[in-house]
Amino acid sequence: MQVPAPFDYARATTVDEAIALLERHGSEARLIAGGHSLIPMMKLRLTRPEVLVDINDLTDLAYIRQDGDDLCIGAMARHRELLESPVAFEHFPIFRDAEQVIADPVVRNRGTVGGSICQADPSEDLSAAFAAVGASMVIRGSSGARVVSSAGFHQGPYTTAVGDGEILTEIRVPIRPRCGSAYEKVERRVGDWAIAAAGACVQLADDGATITDVGIGLAAVGAEDFRATAAENLLRGGPATWERLAAAAVAAGEGCEPQSDQRGPADYKRHLAEVLTARALHRAIDRARGEA
Amino acid sequence: MQVTMTVNGSAVTADVEPRLLLVHFLRDHLGLTGTHWGCDTSNCGTCVVWLEGEPVKSCTVLTLMAEGRAVRTVEDLEQDGRLDPIQEGFVQEHGLQCGFCTPGMMMACRALLDRNPDPSEDEIRLAISGQICRCTGYENIVRATRWAAEHEASTSEPENEPELAPEEVTA
Repeated sequence: MQVPAPFDYARATTVDEAIALLERHGSEARLIAGGHSLIPMMKLRLTRPEVLVDINDLTDLAYIRQDGDDLCIGAMARHRELLESPVAFEHFPIFRDAEQVIADPVVRNRGTVGGSICQADPSEDLSAAFAAVGASMVIRGSSGARVVSSAGFHQGPYTTAVGDGEILTEIRVPIRPRCGSAYEKVERRVGDWAIAAAGACVQLADDGATITDVGIGLAAVGAEDFRATAAENLLRGGPATWERLAAAAVAAGEGCEPQSDQRGPADYKRHLAEVLTARALHRAIDRARGEA
Repeated sequence: MQVTMTVNGSAVTADVEPRLLLVHFLRDHLGLTGTHWGCDTSNCGTCVVWLEGEPVKSCTVLTLMAEGRAVRTVEDLEQDGRLDPIQEGFVQEHGLQCGFCTPGMMMACRALLDRNPDPSEDEIRLAISGQICRCTGYENIVRATRWAAEHEASTSEPENEPELAPEEVTA
């Protein structure tokens, strides 16, 4: 039987109460939302928080809505809610692509968007998707809220900008015209982490041929901040030709640092990063043109 | 800590350790051993129960997280001595061999039918994709679910339609 080490449990009914509980218990306290990353790690004694602060009552953070020019995703939105959200799909089909291959339908009922990115597993899909779409994260503490970029949010494996006494409350994604996005993942079986995955978000100019802006996110291949920056720089401002997309995909593969493990050797993962980047870019561009 | 929740329609109160998982609370404290305890890693899905009407893997839910909420287990499928159509489907279509995965499979398939009364084979396979039948009897589990769908269509009104049809989700 796998059982976590003993801990104390508290339940917060408001964000302020969650912050107060975190401050009271210090660095040994952890928030628990869906628990589908944290509880397995606690069972394996990979982490041993002394206090868990249950935030499942914070249903006012379970929204997905458009607010002006932003898509706003509350940290407590469940994976299934993002998968099925019409407003998220309208602006960012990348999230439906990604959510279809995150865990399995039963786990998606429980796991949360905020919990997933706070876990910051290097193979986490939404972290790559949020990197691609240029998301920013709203973090609250007792002294107020601050907003950090996706790159600033991720500070290394299992490490984020959320400090002691702080809580991620929202993810904001800027909605831009003539944008398309897509996510591509190769996994060994349903519910597994990616062997490699790539997401792309492309904004086209009025001519439908020039790439105004582009974001490329990579998961599970050791990309810095989940991002393929060199590949993005090759594409920005130029025409969306096959040759240029292929060159960017090669740059994405060359720019990451995958590790060999039970999911595959490093050179295979690098190959996947290249191929999946190309596929994601093509689909994103088709969608930006309204062709997919 | 004291915990109070509704299990299969009845209020239960108990004093539990915070680290007690819901699957063990149901089995060891309440004696509801229909819910099985399998992989312990949220991979196999035999421990699936409903929490607030949604299927969840109870090996990855703390008992205290169900405080004030409603839990439904496989024991609640049979009502007044009558099997639920999903149970009848498993009987009619030989949906189980060793039976270990069956409670989780039935709870997931019952939830699917409530959301989508006429699921395709692909939709059924997707719904149970987080669950493992080590006898590999998936074909008959799919048939059992289709049997229930067809039987319910002929005997009762469809359940509430979901806001977004699953075929749109998987398109």
